[in-house]
Amino acid sequence: MSTTTIIVAVALGLSAGVLAGLFGVGGGILFVPALVALGLGQLEAQATSLLAILPTVAAGAWNQRRYGNFRPRLALALGLASVAGVGLGALIAISLPEPVLRRLFAVLVLAVAARLALVTYRNRPRYPETP
Amino acid sequence: MSSRPCSYDARVRFVAIGLAAGVFSALFGVGGGIIAVPLLVLFAGVPERVAAATSLGAIGITALAGVLVYGARGDVNVAYAALVGLPAAAGALGGTWLQQRVSTRVLTFGFAVLLTGVGIWLLLP
Repeated sequence: MSTTTIIVAVALGLSAGVLAGLFGVGGGILFVPALVALGLGQLEAQATSLLAILPTVAAGAWNQRRYGNFRPRLALALGLASVAGVGLGALIAISLPEPVLRRLFAVLVLAVAARLALVTYRNRPRYPETP
Repeated sequence: MSSRPCSYDARVRFVAIGLAAGVFSALFGVGGGIIAVPLLVLFAGVPERVAAATSLGAIGITALAGVLVYGARGDVNVAYAALVGLPAAAGALGGTWLQQRVSTRVLTFGFAVLLTGVGIWLLLP
């Protein structure tokens, strides 16, 4: 691993954390490309991203604790239901050829980018409306 | 979301949203918050801030399940996970500090631009 690679990884990691803290997500959308840039294959990058998500959501949850927005029972229900889905998702990911998986992931990244652009547009500063 | 017990219909929706988040998570190596937060807001009437905060807890369970499945296959690289995950934890803690200094709108737009670049880069041969 070169120094440049490590700097890029750390910078993308930091950005992923900020994104995670802002939107209540895990940051995987940036971890996966960062890990691909570091030289991991698509499936290995995705699997590794899941581990990187754990400290990130722990920090995000720690941040949120004083706002009283956390619903433990709902989180548990969603989390337990998701475990069944994880099995199915992993089966699909493993059976797909890596280039296909990478393209699907790229489409997801562009869809999230479009959603964020839409959020920015919706929250644009409003001026007094003309009749 | 009040303290009253939720209806059968709401429970079915929560389970369906959890399932969808799980499939997404393992398929793409993400936490599932990308899909769970908007679904909770749109289809279960959960306020956005509650959905974002609560999804963090759910993501922890989802990602852990994924780590166990992929870890058993030997696909998880612990050193690389630490290399991006530990700075990210710092970023998540520092995000609040940043939010007080830079407008959320500017940050959101910045991420839209960054992700567009990343998406195009991933599509290149």
